[in-house]
Amino acid sequence: MGRVAAAAPRLHRLEVAAVRGVMVREIINFSSFWRSSTFSSTVDPTIYLLAFGFGFGSLVSTVAGYDYIEFVGTGIVATTVLFSGAFPAMYSTFVKYQFQRTYDAILAAPVDTEELVTAEALWISARTGTYGCVPMLVAMVFGLDPSWGMLLVPFIAALAGFGWATFGIFIAGRAKSIESFSYWQSGLLTPMFLVAGTFFPLDGLPQWAQTLGQFNPLYHCVELVRHAVFGLEGWVDVGHVAFLVGFALLSWRLAIRFMERRLIL
Amino acid sequence: MGVTVNAELAIRLRGVVKRFGALTAVDGLDLDVPMGACVGLLGPNGAGKSTTMKALTAQVIADEGEIEVLGHSLPDASKQARAEMGVVPQLDNLDVSLTTEQNLRVFAHLYRVPAGSRKEAIERALSIANLTERRDSKVDELSGGMRRRLLIARALLHRPRLLLLDEPTVGLDPQVRQELWALIDRLRSEGVSILMSTHYIEEAERLCDQVTIMSHGKAVAVGPPRRLIAEHAGPEAVEVYGSPSRLREVEEIARTHGWRTRRTGTSVSVLRANGAAADLEGELRVTNLEDVFVLLTGEEIS
Repeated sequence: MGRVAAAAPRLHRLEVAAVRGVMVREIINFSSFWRSSTFSSTVDPTIYLLAFGFGFGSLVSTVAGYDYIEFVGTGIVATTVLFSGAFPAMYSTFVKYQFQRTYDAILAAPVDTEELVTAEALWISARTGTYGCVPMLVAMVFGLDPSWGMLLVPFIAALAGFGWATFGIFIAGRAKSIESFSYWQSGLLTPMFLVAGTFFPLDGLPQWAQTLGQFNPLYHCVELVRHAVFGLEGWVDVGHVAFLVGFALLSWRLAIRFMERRLIL
Repeated sequence: MGVTVNAELAIRLRGVVKRFGALTAVDGLDLDVPMGACVGLLGPNGAGKSTTMKALTAQVIADEGEIEVLGHSLPDASKQARAEMGVVPQLDNLDVSLTTEQNLRVFAHLYRVPAGSRKEAIERALSIANLTERRDSKVDELSGGMRRRLLIARALLHRPRLLLLDEPTVGLDPQVRQELWALIDRLRSEGVSILMSTHYIEEAERLCDQVTIMSHGKAVAVGPPRRLIAEHAGPEAVEVYGSPSRLREVEEIARTHGWRTRRTGTSVSVLRANGAAADLEGELRVTNLEDVFVLLTGEEIS
């Protein structure tokens, strides 16, 4: 080792400087495509909100003890998190390693796969925290009453968003082609999006579907947001937070493992 | 003893092996890059050059052998090594939607240039690449030569002591290539250690203090270009032009004398004849690194 190694500061695992460096890249890039990204991440869920709110809302007035606009206006946060978390993570990760070779460039600098994945997911998580609130704000125009608990919603959306971002990176890390995303989307994400208690409560479903719903991170996000807005329920909500934290940790490690397999030969 | 040796070597590889399934891309490679030297890694496509370059940044993990970069043992201390070197990839991986300056700014962060000197580092890189005027141009508006200069500038932001160049001039026209050679030569004279993979013989002959010729994942010859030429190709070659049958005849004559030959399209070069091939009625020419390369690898370049 000798003089050479002694001259430089020692580097550790998962360093803030490396994570920040990758996020700077994302932020500079975002300044050129924020319009389209913001549009797709917020308009889609807002359309769902309005369609269900007017269409379904004219048939039912209350669901599970809430006005329908209250029910769907809070549940929709989870949908937005999924749309602005998992999907951008899947596509942008795949494009960046497969077509733009961005990750090749980054990993030749003092950044490891773990830091790269963490930075990408944190940045997407910050976006989901913001975008997640947009349809809720729209719902306020249509009768959802403001409450102090709503201030917790960006943090819930960011936590769930980190899980979905890393889950999306994990899917991209496994994918052999971008076409294989359809299996994940149609086979897993779409059913999860519907069986989450966003548009209708789970207790109307058959028992097996209710049980499966308990393992759906979107369901826990939906419940947590509703309770934050209309009143927290103690240990029940601690359970929801714990589930989302567990989901985020598991997806994070899976994403790192599969991206390492993909990027380091 | 190991300490003193390593301190003088920017790169040290011993017995490095890398397999991809049934293919052995690097097969027991030894390689030294002394501090301050420019070393060329020369070989035909598929010789294992790019795999070797990737192993130096731990983007390829060797199956066997030892790799040390700037005294850091890889892959364990690879992040440390990457912090102290610059890498110019073979395939352009600039952010095309960003400007020249934005590309540099991102890497000033990735290379942890301190906030106070970031601006200065970017200005210096722009001037090295002669791109100060194009700082606000989007990368996809730049020419191929400019993009390659930007890739080099990007690798120099943090003033690395070691630069890896993977096929730095591939696909560029001759004039742009000359420009890049001048740039690389300047870095070398400033004391930056350089490892450059290339399959342009002329590039290696002009820029490199030493070359390692690779074939099928192994080093088949190591040394300064002049010495390799003298050792393997002899001082001069006789180049005979003629009809295909004449060329076959010359090859036959050479074989009976035990001289080496090399077919180059419309001619045959007879090597190591020590002046005895004069009656073949060919043109006498000085030998070059390409002769060595073809003799050792059995493969024509490009």
